Amino acid sequence: MSERSHREAAPGRPKAEFPAPKWNRHHVLSTEDWSRAEIETVLENAHAMAEVLSRPVRRAPALHGRTVILFFAEVSTRTRVSFELAAKALSADVINITATGSSVEKGETLLDTVRTLQALGGDVVVMRHWASGAPYFVAERTESAVINAGDGAHAHPSQGLLDAYTLRDALGDLGGKRVVIVGDVLYSRVARSDIHTLVPLGAEITLSGPPTLMPAAWRCGSLPDKVRYEPDVDRALDGADAVIALRLQRERADAGLLPSLREYARVWGITDARVARMRPEAPVLHPGPMNEGIEIDAAVAHGPRSLIERQVTNGVAIRMALLYLLAGTRAS
Amino acid sequence: MKLDRDAFTARGLIVTRGFVDLHAHLREPGFEESETVESGARAALRGGFTTVCAMPNTEPPIDSPGAVRELIERGIAADAARVLPVACITRGRAGRELSDMVELAASGAVLFSDDGSPVEDGRLFRSALEYSRSAGRPISEHPQDLALTRHGVMHEGVVSAALGIAGMPAAAEESAIARDLSLVRLTGGSLHLAHVSTAGAVELVRQAKAEGVAVTCEVTPHHLALTDEWVAGSRELAFIEQLKEADPTHPLVQSRPGIAYDSNTKVNPPLRTAADVRACWAGLRDGTIDAIATDHAPHASVRKDVELEAAAFGIAALETAVPLLLAGVAAGLADLDTVLAALTTGPARVLGRELEPNDWIVIDPLREWTVSTGELVSKSANTPLLGRTVRGRVVMAVVGGETRFEEPAA
Repeated sequence: MSERSHREAAPGRPKAEFPAPKWNRHHVLSTEDWSRAEIETVLENAHAMAEVLSRPVRRAPALHGRTVILFFAEVSTRTRVSFELAAKALSADVINITATGSSVEKGETLLDTVRTLQALGGDVVVMRHWASGAPYFVAERTESAVINAGDGAHAHPSQGLLDAYTLRDALGDLGGKRVVIVGDVLYSRVARSDIHTLVPLGAEITLSGPPTLMPAAWRCGSLPDKVRYEPDVDRALDGADAVIALRLQRERADAGLLPSLREYARVWGITDARVARMRPEAPVLHPGPMNEGIEIDAAVAHGPRSLIERQVTNGVAIRMALLYLLAGTRAS
Repeated sequence: MKLDRDAFTARGLIVTRGFVDLHAHLREPGFEESETVESGARAALRGGFTTVCAMPNTEPPIDSPGAVRELIERGIAADAARVLPVACITRGRAGRELSDMVELAASGAVLFSDDGSPVEDGRLFRSALEYSRSAGRPISEHPQDLALTRHGVMHEGVVSAALGIAGMPAAAEESAIARDLSLVRLTGGSLHLAHVSTAGAVELVRQAKAEGVAVTCEVTPHHLALTDEWVAGSRELAFIEQLKEADPTHPLVQSRPGIAYDSNTKVNPPLRTAADVRACWAGLRDGTIDAIATDHAPHASVRKDVELEAAAFGIAALETAVPLLLAGVAAGLADLDTVLAALTTGPARVLGRELEPNDWIVIDPLREWTVSTGELVSKSANTPLLGRTVRGRVVMAVVGGETRFEEPAA
């Protein structure tokens, strides 16, 4: 633990296993408006959580008696399991709600689900939803803390934070480091959250990928601060400090945005030859699940530069930190 | 009845001819949970519109003489604003064959529109422009390239990119207008463009008018005041800096943010950028834009209290037009007479009608009120101004010499 994370426990509380940081947010919807200090707080707490995960019995009592509701309205195994492991490692009770297409067909609206969530009275609602902004809708209408576990093409804050954590682990301070994000930025909540987490930590972002899969406003010059667009992936990767390959949804080709997956793989796929353009040891990340042979070659995905499995492990620690910050530091 | 104008004016009130709204959705028949002719006509009157044109995208659509007459009767029964029927351009609004325009006009339809949708088929639209000359009524077209806006929810730009929301580019409106204007040049028909909202659209109309093309257009109060930033939760008027400078005490200078992804900001055409808003005011000042029309689009909460992407398009706009437009006047974007003309003589000219001689309204430009379900007469309150305090309200409305609405003096 670094010096500054050692803060006094909140008055009147029994001595805590984890630092009791300054934390004022009730929800985690996007990191877009977060300060660097807030991002650092999560990363520091995640270090403490990683220590718990390295114990023989991976369990701490911080959320004992608290209820975490996992509400996934879009299919996801990895993120849901990661949050479930995180909640259980902190001794929380976990309830799973899945709202698939069938409940929508039965006429169950998001508003109905919110009423159910409110009645269940969970301390934290972790939600994944196909619609950008749906977590704002829920946060506005429930007293529970809401963690956005991915909404449409908007944000996936825990992914951005775990990518920051993983990159920091590999590269140290991210100040001035150049991270390349390659692929379907237009539809990627991961790309947006990576930008909103890595840039405050000092990183510079180069986006690359097909022009049809970039927001037009960004392609035409109105990019966020510290972000640029380089359509030529080879040029983007030259001398870079890390690359994050995004998952390519196969339906993009059907929607007329790409000529073919084969062409995408050739022009923008991350291969060993492309990895070699970066600085020595520069790591490769991918939010998963991967389409090996399309956005990333199997040799790269499972090669020495890949941090993809580390991302999965770190994801649990980051999610423990978020759950702890939202539900573990408040008085019962 | 003779209005004592001087007595009102002496009290700081504005007395003006009753407003004419070229574009409102009264939802009846078919969507009575959102609005009825009766509630819509009363909301119109409350907003200062003594005449309101009811759009035909009802269920069933207004595409037969019987439906037109029925609408007229319901309007009379409402005993509020005068309700003028707009009839469909194409039968069933299906975009495949022309409606019986001559008969519809004879039954009382004042305008033809498939509003909500454009007439996509260029050949059919050409026919509509040509044939409507026999009916003696203009075509009001909803200019939108549907392929370019497919899945679109808001204006395409930096805000949509940040929110991860599918965009509707300005080009979708502008390319449709370019087609429409070409067909007016070809046919010599008479075209009215509904709700222009982009700088490029205003410029296309300006050029066409300079050539002498028979085209008119309208802009909504929300496209004259709000921007796409509102979808991201901003509640700052496009001209907030000018307003702040002109009147720091104006209630709309208070910019307490709203929530992001509020479906009450979802409207078609979408809220555009501050530059587009400026261009719309410029169009109003130089006469490129003929009328301010509300595009009042009420929706019951079941269609709005859902995910932004799943929500219906539309803003309930009749009752908030006056405060938004007066804020623009206060900010110095146009003088009061220009705005009042665009609400009275401008739309009357589009319809080819005279203003009703005995329709008057009285506005209290300083009256502050909070937009709430209790204050709104409309059955729906889907406006992003909900909960905001605004300034300016209609306090009296006279239709055909009869006082149909009057608020006790504050």
